[in-house]
Amino acid sequence: MATTHTRSAARLMMAPSVILLFAWMIVPLGMTIYFSFLRYNLLMPGMEEFTGFLNYSFFLSDPAFFDALTNTLLLVGGVLAITIIGGIAFALLLDQPIFGQGIVRILVIAPFFVMPTVSALVWKNMFMNPVNGLLAWIARSLGFQPVDFLATIPLLSVIIIVAWQWLPFATLIMLTALQSLDEEQKEAAEMDGAGFVSRFIYIVLPHMARAITVVILIETIFLLSVFAEILVTTNGGPGTQSTNLTYLVYAQALLQFDIGGASAGGIVAVILANIVAIFLVRLIGKNLEA
Amino acid sequence: MTLKTILLGAVSALALSGIASAETLTIATVNNGDMIRMQKLTDDFKAKNPGIDLQWVTLEENVLRQRVTTDIATKSGQYDIMTIGIYETPIWGKQGWLAPLDKLTSDAKYDANDLLPPIRSGLTVDGKLYAAPFYGESSMVMYRKDLFDKAGLKMPEKPTWDFIADAARKITDKGSETYGICLRGKAGWGENMAFLTATANSFGARWFDENWKPQFDQPEWKNTLDFYVKLMKDAGPPGASSNGFNENLALFQTGKCGMWIDATVAASFVTNPKESKVADQVGFALAPDNGLGKRGNWLWSWNLAIPAGSKKVEAAEKFIAWATSKDYLNLVAEKDGWANVPPGTRTSLYQNPEYQKAASFAKMTIDSINSADPKHPTVKPVPYEGVQYVAIPEFQGIGTAVGQQFSAALAGQVSVDQALKNAQQLTEREMAKAGYPKK
Amino acid sequence: MARKVSTKRKLVMTAIAWTLGLLIFFPILWTVLTSFKSEGDAIASPPVFLFFHWTTENYTEVQSRSDYALHFWNSVIMSVGSTLLGLLIAIPSAWAMAFSPTRRTKDVLMWMLSTKMMPPVGALIPVYLIFRDMGLLDSRIGLVIVLTLINLPIIVWMLYTYFKEIPGEILEAARMDGASLAKEIVYVLTPMAVPGIASTLLLNIILAWNEAFWTLNLTTSKAAPLTTFIASYSSPEGLFYAKLSAASTMAIAPILILGWFSQKQLVRGLTFGAVK
Repeated sequence: MATTHTRSAARLMMAPSVILLFAWMIVPLGMTIYFSFLRYNLLMPGMEEFTGFLNYSFFLSDPAFFDALTNTLLLVGGVLAITIIGGIAFALLLDQPIFGQGIVRILVIAPFFVMPTVSALVWKNMFMNPVNGLLAWIARSLGFQPVDFLATIPLLSVIIIVAWQWLPFATLIMLTALQSLDEEQKEAAEMDGAGFVSRFIYIVLPHMARAITVVILIETIFLLSVFAEILVTTNGGPGTQSTNLTYLVYAQALLQFDIGGASAGGIVAVILANIVAIFLVRLIGKNLEA
Repeated sequence: MTLKTILLGAVSALALSGIASAETLTIATVNNGDMIRMQKLTDDFKAKNPGIDLQWVTLEENVLRQRVTTDIATKSGQYDIMTIGIYETPIWGKQGWLAPLDKLTSDAKYDANDLLPPIRSGLTVDGKLYAAPFYGESSMVMYRKDLFDKAGLKMPEKPTWDFIADAARKITDKGSETYGICLRGKAGWGENMAFLTATANSFGARWFDENWKPQFDQPEWKNTLDFYVKLMKDAGPPGASSNGFNENLALFQTGKCGMWIDATVAASFVTNPKESKVADQVGFALAPDNGLGKRGNWLWSWNLAIPAGSKKVEAAEKFIAWATSKDYLNLVAEKDGWANVPPGTRTSLYQNPEYQKAASFAKMTIDSINSADPKHPTVKPVPYEGVQYVAIPEFQGIGTAVGQQFSAALAGQVSVDQALKNAQQLTEREMAKAGYPKK
Repeated sequence: MARKVSTKRKLVMTAIAWTLGLLIFFPILWTVLTSFKSEGDAIASPPVFLFFHWTTENYTEVQSRSDYALHFWNSVIMSVGSTLLGLLIAIPSAWAMAFSPTRRTKDVLMWMLSTKMMPPVGALIPVYLIFRDMGLLDSRIGLVIVLTLINLPIIVWMLYTYFKEIPGEILEAARMDGASLAKEIVYVLTPMAVPGIASTLLLNIILAWNEAFWTLNLTTSKAAPLTTFIASYSSPEGLFYAKLSAASTMAIAPILILGWFSQKQLVRGLTFGAVK
């Protein structure tokens, strides 16, 4: 139906965002690629020289690299699992007729508005601290040894904090999807004598497929570059137990000021992220077709 | 877009009109208690220097270091005065990144000769002072007299590591949340590695031999780390691997530590009854040793410096002269009492009878500072300077990565041997990448 | 046609929902409560919940250390400014993608989203150098530009999924009536798109408000938003739970309140075309 006229108009309308994003991508990317082939440390000016793939071989052979890769995937996967399952559960719950539904909904979505730095600080100091934290006090008053979250289960602790921030988002999306489910459809199923479980599996879940896709896509984009939460709570440690790729690149860039190494790391991270993206699109892209 | 531009324009015009009349100095500083006090006393400076306005950028230590390093290395000129450590000063001074403070050193009233010699020499490159010390510190033992009495122990003035370890284990009573000793465990070159490097010096260890070969595969490091991990396991608080200076301070102030070996500046916080529950029970001793001729104390100072190429050098010098002067010490004493003046920079302060009276920790502080020797930090010879750090630009990154390994060993995630092996390996890698040994 | 629900079941569900809801909300509640405690009460064991000496001294202390109003104002300008600018750029392109799709539309969208996958730290130094040379460091305009760019893909995508919901037949009809492109947008499309645009706006204000990497690294003082304000409290000396809580409360309160008031709108628009 599109005529050449509308098509060129469409191109024109898309131009600003495409050009801007292209510039935003290509300029830093180009500079980063260029830097990644240099020996370039901010603290030692005047020593820049071309080093070929040295920065890449150092980054890829770093023993921390494999850990960081695993942690990144665990972090993304863990948070996705928690938020999707939790989000569906909360959405189902909030979809029920209950007293004060609006208020409960407000309570549940509140964490989404909290800055990552703030939530990490609050969780680290006021909840997970093994001496003064609230969780330690609960453990002690129940007669247990307090768990030293950030030292013994650092990655899981980070996952909990991040999941707490993203659960509201998942809940909201799931809830909107659920509420659009035809009331009559549900009732018809109920009449047919379908139990809650089969109703959920055959009617609700397929209906939510697209909402789940959206949650996975958006969250993955943000979760791949989780950073503030790790910096504030564990500094990537102990050891490299909670270091993800973003944090590893950070350590190169802002602790060692090794711009060459950090650039190489950044490029590696971009390539990996795009592999993940391609997978995602393959895996769930179908759901996005309207 | 036009509306927004107008809006933005109006807003910035509004913001500018308020301050356009004065020259504004942007000062980057760390969020430590003494700096925050300085920030609150700004009015005194403004009264004495009309026409100079101050804009504070107060940041947490690590963030601050990243911001100022990026700024100075890219010559962005966003700060007129920077708060930097004694570690950065000589490195940056050699690079020509800092403006020498010649005016201060030649000013009789400022009296640069009054600055404590170890600190002044640490801030001087080729005879030029590149930063003025705001406060200086070493490290020492802080302990609870009441708990020592109860356990029938007496702290010697110059304890050994064996005594400390023994006492810590005796005092520990996990049921009542009393832990014999609190030490840094949080990874970072300025956190656990400051403590561990200084401690390692007293165990006879060193970072590098004369050919810049990393020494973590040597028995001295193994002894150090073994001792530390075992001691903390038996007598340390839970979660020690995420405790830095601030976390330990909070623990000590709330009465949960029997001993704490850390910065001498902490003394004024733990003896301040407003903040500390144990204020009247705190005793002090020199950092421990192993009879090898080096004690496990470090030397650090936070300093104010001016980036080279700054257009506001004159105003910035005025501010630095004010903030690091004898008068500033008097000003703080007047407002908040002698115990709260920034310590560890001037000899005259330690000769002041009023200060000696108010600050029970004065003598121990000055003795600790004077016993630190950044030029000869270790038992065996080394190619570097710096007590709890190695004064090369690469150290921040390497120190933090090694700190991660040692923090993991403390948390029990890896064995001591594994941590040392990893540390050795990663240090070798980084040093090779940086091109050591140089010439 | 509401389903009949026994009161008993409703009560049970209410109890469960409220318990879980409060549990999720508790960290925020606890932060706000702690902000009114003295530092001693803040770490008291057992913890005190309501019966402590309420004080506002932490707020006074925090305010005396940093200029909250300036940071707040910067946060408002950068989040609202970047969102408006982003919408301005994104609406035409989302419209084009939704109504004149080509074979490559999906790819373009995915490419846009993939620009968000580069870890910001990797690009910090290049961007920092560019900003330095253009004199944009510590400027509100620079911040608005960066935030616009990093959120643009999300804006485009949200609007796209939303515009797609608008049935094409209506546009066809309008075109038949001889409406020009401009009229089509103003009279037909816009009214139908307002809810979607509004929720995109809200979501992006929230995302921009909470962005803590670029805002922290590209500003120093004049343009520093609330994320910088918080950065000076991440580990002050000694006891600081109460002060930290006060600063945290001040940093999140505005956006929390905005979020609460607009949550209906946010929910309605957050469909990403999920409603079908």
